[in-house]
Amino acid sequence: MNKNFLTFLPPVFLTLLLSLPLLGFFAQENSKDILLLQRWDWVLYATAAVFLANSVLIVLKKYPLPSFAISPPAKNLNALKALLFLGLLALPFLSSRSTIDLATLVLLYICLAWGLNITMGLAGLLDLGYVAFYAIGAYTTAILSHYYGLSFWQCVPLSGLVAAIFALVIGMPILRVQGDYLAIVALGFAEIVRIVATNWQSLTGGPNGMSGMPRPTFFGLEFGRTSSSGLPTFQDFFHIPFNSEHRLIFLFYCILGLAIIIYVVSKRLRCLPLGRAWEAMREDEIACRALGINLPRIKLSAYSIGAGIAGLVGAFFATKQGFVSPESFTFNETAMIVAMVVLGGMGSLWGICIAATFLVLLPELARGLADYRMLLFGLAMILVMRFKPNGLISVRQPTVKMS
Amino acid sequence: MLNISHISTFYGAIQALDNISLNAEKGEIVTLIGANGAGKTTLLSTLCGNPRAKSGTITFNGQDITALPTNQIVRLGLAHAPEGRRIFPRMTIFENLQMGALVADKKHFAADLEYVFTLFPRLKERIAQKGGTLSGGEQQMLAIGRALMARPQLLLLDEPSLGLAPLIVKKIFHVLKEINQQQGMTILLVEQNAHHALSLAHRGYVLVNGRITLTGTGKELLQSDEVKAAYLEGAA
Ligand SMILES: Nc1ncnc2c1ncn2[C@@H]1O[C@H](COP(=O)(O)OP(=O)(O)OP(=O)(O)O)[C@@H](O)[C@H]1O
Ligand SMILES: [Mg+2]
Repeated sequence: MNKNFLTFLPPVFLTLLLSLPLLGFFAQENSKDILLLQRWDWVLYATAAVFLANSVLIVLKKYPLPSFAISPPAKNLNALKALLFLGLLALPFLSSRSTIDLATLVLLYICLAWGLNITMGLAGLLDLGYVAFYAIGAYTTAILSHYYGLSFWQCVPLSGLVAAIFALVIGMPILRVQGDYLAIVALGFAEIVRIVATNWQSLTGGPNGMSGMPRPTFFGLEFGRTSSSGLPTFQDFFHIPFNSEHRLIFLFYCILGLAIIIYVVSKRLRCLPLGRAWEAMREDEIACRALGINLPRIKLSAYSIGAGIAGLVGAFFATKQGFVSPESFTFNETAMIVAMVVLGGMGSLWGICIAATFLVLLPELARGLADYRMLLFGLAMILVMRFKPNGLISVRQPTVKMS
Repeated sequence: MLNISHISTFYGAIQALDNISLNAEKGEIVTLIGANGAGKTTLLSTLCGNPRAKSGTITFNGQDITALPTNQIVRLGLAHAPEGRRIFPRMTIFENLQMGALVADKKHFAADLEYVFTLFPRLKERIAQKGGTLSGGEQQMLAIGRALMARPQLLLLDEPSLGLAPLIVKKIFHVLKEINQQQGMTILLVEQNAHHALSLAHRGYVLVNGRITLTGTGKELLQSDEVKAAYLEGAA
């Protein structure tokens, strides 16, 4: 009892100490000047809250809650996946425009996080400049369509390719060196890309960005009110009345398709020698070298495949937004995507999917909380780190099932 | 088969190997014994090109491999079971063995797997267990098995007896003998366990502070006063 009481003291004392200056004083503007006011009751509340939380933790330690394992049998899991898939297929018909928009955004981030999962989750390369390839993909689509008149479906593969080539060029010198230089160089590269996009006015439109992105067509059929290609529009072809939502719904399905492709490719890659080498490299580089694995080449492949996926997603992002500007590609984006992979569990597609959904939806759902949104965000992160330090799903599934 | 002549290796300004010459012929078990920090591990890693020898040459089957990249050296048929086993902890036994076979021809995989399992039946029983949850002895078996999956001509083993109970050490050394006799596998065995290593090996070298001070057949070295005094106290 006595000992328990002592473990109480430091956090309570620390809260008291910190909240005195942080909560105890606040500034208020009136018509003439700024006043420094005090509110000692807040200090009291904060200290009391920490005291209470600590008592709860100590009681929990003594009388732990029955632990619940989240491991439904495999059969149910497959049924769950099928249900989720059907739900996603039906979603556009059951929900409003804004919900479809939000769902598209969630899918976009899931795709991005799955791309980074290859570089970081499987191969263990910390890529702090991931957003650069996303930006390169988006700008490739913008530039190719704006200056060369390429259609969306022509831009998509080229965007992925250009991003992957950039990754090869950047990665070639860095990945030969041992150590974590990649994180730093990639960080710098992402800033360079953003700054170039901001300043190369004549090509990228500078801070104002570029608009008039190409729209995806349905096998050549456009979704507009009128068609520019000579073919009938989608609505005319299928004899349905025009509705501007059709375009959104189609985009949603396209990105859903992209997500499924990335999912399947990620799963397949893991079972190939290449993917196995990535995972082995994450586990132990020295052992890999002893087994004759060409480490620079394996690293480069993980880096550029991840980048290529970011490039593909960038093309879809460009058409979803309708315009691209450097603002969309700040370090915050990378931090967000890295958080999705880490919180979800490195290498776990489903864990990352849950984390990405959560991290995209949370700020949207908590819009009403205004400034406290970020606080909630931080709290959620701390909770995951405290209770699931290796991510939501940290169990590595073997690539080969043994009876 | 393996010919090391006059190599010296440095870590920055520190010299770890000084003018080492050593050779191993086909079908031989050669052991290298020495105290902690003598440079045994450094010698094996120099063979694989990391770190590089500053002077001297290494040839393997007549081919100069001194400056080849590590992955190419391994592909020539030189498998290295590194110090401390270095199993992939989150991968299963089967996946670990698959990793070993990455440089080998796919068509031999099933037969090689079977061979490793006859050497170490324990691995077969636990085929789906994660490497990190294996006991030290099982991990060592896996490390040797993984190296064998690469179908090497020369097996480099760095202290396979490290941290193992005498009974397991005996078992592992017995398997090494089996591999050598059945397959004609050439083995370069680095050990501190001088008694076991020298009894098993055809020839041995003694390494002290980066220099080779003594060489001879296993029996000769076991009888030599220097070895007895330095490495075999109480062991015989
Ligand atoms: N990466 C390194 N950088 C600097 N010095 C090193 C490095 N690796 C080894 N050394 C030094 O080189 C010398 C030989 O080390 P090595 O690991 O080869 O010894 P060893 O004979 O294998 O010893 P043990 O039996 O303890 O494994 C030691 O003095 C060690 O401190
Ligand atoms: Mg050593």
